[in-house]
Amino acid sequence: MSSQPTSVAVRPDGTAARPTAFQRWSVPALTLAGLAVLLWVGQSGALTKYTQTVIMFMAVNVIVSASLNLVNGYMGEFSCGHGGFMAVGAYVSSVLGVLLFAKDRVFGPPLLPPEWALVGFPLIVLVGGLAAALAGLLVAIPSFRTRGDYLAIITIAANYIVISAVENLDVIGGSRGFMGMKRVVKAMGRAWDLPWMLLWSFGFAVFTLWILRRFVYSTYGKGVMAICQDEVAAEIMSVNTNRMKVAAFMLSSGLAGVAGGLFAHIVGYVNPGSFGILKSTEALVMVYLGGMGSLSGSVLSAVLFTLLLEALRPLQIIKWIVVPLLLILLMQFRPEGILGNRELADVFPGLRRFFRFK
Amino acid sequence: MRRSWILAATLGLALAAPAWAADTIKIGFNIPLTGDIPKVGESSKYAAEMLREDVNSKGGLKVGDKTYKLEFIYEDNESKAESAVTTALKLIEQDEVLAIVGPNSSKQAVPAGQVCDDNETPMISPWSTNPDTTKDRPWVFRAAFLDPFQGPVAVDFATKTFQAKTAAVIYDLSNDYSKGLAEIFKADFEKKHGAGSVVAFESHGTKDQDFSAQLTKIIAAKPDFIFVPDNYNQVALIVKQAHNLGWTGPFMGSDAWGSAELMELCGDDCKGHYFSTHYAAAGATGATKEFIERYKAKYGYTPDDVAALTWDATRIVLQAIQDTGGLTGDLDKDRKAIRDAMASIKEFDGITGKMRFDEQGDPIKCAVVVKINDQGEFVFTESVCP
Repeated sequence: MSSQPTSVAVRPDGTAARPTAFQRWSVPALTLAGLAVLLWVGQSGALTKYTQTVIMFMAVNVIVSASLNLVNGYMGEFSCGHGGFMAVGAYVSSVLGVLLFAKDRVFGPPLLPPEWALVGFPLIVLVGGLAAALAGLLVAIPSFRTRGDYLAIITIAANYIVISAVENLDVIGGSRGFMGMKRVVKAMGRAWDLPWMLLWSFGFAVFTLWILRRFVYSTYGKGVMAICQDEVAAEIMSVNTNRMKVAAFMLSSGLAGVAGGLFAHIVGYVNPGSFGILKSTEALVMVYLGGMGSLSGSVLSAVLFTLLLEALRPLQIIKWIVVPLLLILLMQFRPEGILGNRELADVFPGLRRFFRFK
Repeated sequence: MRRSWILAATLGLALAAPAWAADTIKIGFNIPLTGDIPKVGESSKYAAEMLREDVNSKGGLKVGDKTYKLEFIYEDNESKAESAVTTALKLIEQDEVLAIVGPNSSKQAVPAGQVCDDNETPMISPWSTNPDTTKDRPWVFRAAFLDPFQGPVAVDFATKTFQAKTAAVIYDLSNDYSKGLAEIFKADFEKKHGAGSVVAFESHGTKDQDFSAQLTKIIAAKPDFIFVPDNYNQVALIVKQAHNLGWTGPFMGSDAWGSAELMELCGDDCKGHYFSTHYAAAGATGATKEFIERYKAKYGYTPDDVAALTWDATRIVLQAIQDTGGLTGDLDKDRKAIRDAMASIKEFDGITGKMRFDEQGDPIKCAVVVKINDQGEFVFTESVCP
């Protein structure tokens, strides 16, 4: 298992001293290939819309679980209000999208020509992410003084704050929900007929993984892991723990907001009920299923979890016995999750030849 | 080794797809078998299953000059919006159903309606009351009347029966159905009795168990009656707690009271109160009575309004299929024909009353007001038509 590959120069920690051209370009090439495949799939109708929707939810779940892993895995805190940040992102990007690019009962005619949605869509999703990052301050600032269980309760409270706020805002539909995002998506399709949602879901998932990997393994970001190991020691070693926590919480909730924005445009309808504590629990399940502190684990578990929920459909009611049972069994026999603090390359060292994981 | 085994097992599960027989009509059911309201899904499934057995035991459904066996596909939407979307897509594309019945709650019916409309598949929601479900969606219909109709029914009935001049409302803020109905009721009541005649307008949360703060305020305002457009599980708590706080006046409820479980939870406290709903189980006649008796014999409890509405919704779909005068086997053409047939149904004689569709796909039908009698049955009191 742990035998070192012999063909590459290896540093003590197991990574190659300098990335080879192959290692450098493998991920961009794979991403482009993935985009090309999705483009072909969407245009030729090789996969049904059902399968495409499952793929999109898979991408959303990848973003959700990877971003929560930053806080729960790498930083060692316990945040269980991820659904709330998704709600912020979902609502902000939905309202912006409808306001700018679609005709609406409440907001009237679009402020910009609908064709601009092509360029505007990624921007509104990112703005939704930014808003969610600001909402992340709700959790980040109390985290200066509290840890562990107490912070966990604050995160639940944050989730409830967001949901209650949305329920009481009648302008955006309150508990009735908000819709019209399908018109934005259709406007993109009219401007240029491509499977936009599929491409953007995949694109944002890759973007999330890229940014998280850059952050976590950067010199600056190593502070996050230092906080996880020992906060006092980290402080002594000149890590500005407060600033580190703000950065981690804001990045994590911001990415959750991006996932929320995508979710809203895939479903075409948002409702505060969709982002309650249940959604946060799903995110937690994916993180612990994949393993804390492992990005590739988060990806694996998000894909697996989405597939499992769809594949077990024929079981109907029994599904909700089987899925939790699988989790219990996993926790019993593999408490660290599928990968648990390791990346794919630690399990399959041969992969290092193609890509630098750290 | 073990890893590859797990992978193989997962792939096997993902690829296992059932096979289909020919000469059947497939109808999909997008219903909540798990999640917040599993009883609603169960009622829908039971009612549909009863109908399927009926038709199939008589040889099948005659469309034009051919007879088809019915195949109903029940998919669980977990009472989640995103799941309702994937469920609808699965039914449309993988299972290739002719039409979809469900989802029941508006949280899911609104997005699923969008999917069905986009993919040109007829859909009928038995229970959803949110106007957005069918608004500007030619492919989407519903079997239940809308809240803007139910609110005035409650106002008129209470004004007449209780000689009410003032009213109080307690509603669930995070439940769009409850909130919408409460607001419609308030507007209509104040139009009739002047501003300020709704003396208390109190809200609570979905998971609340203790309503004493709201009820104390309401009782202090001395209304002639209390309007409670809430789900049956909360109704039971609210009514009991109001009685403990000394309230002796009448309650008026909405169709969400009409669950088989209400009397189990509420007991004697709910007896003697009224609510507006889709049909009355006790004192029913004709086809409605027959349906209730058979359902009770088969499943052991009186069918609630979801069961009755699913029965009607499914029969509307079957009626529309028959009205096409023959299926071509081309899925797109057949779906279109069924939609057109459904939209042009002149009058449908359902067990929840006679109905036809307006141009939005909403039914024009009567509501009934029922009284909970001393045996805990829902007894027909009055029928109110638009």
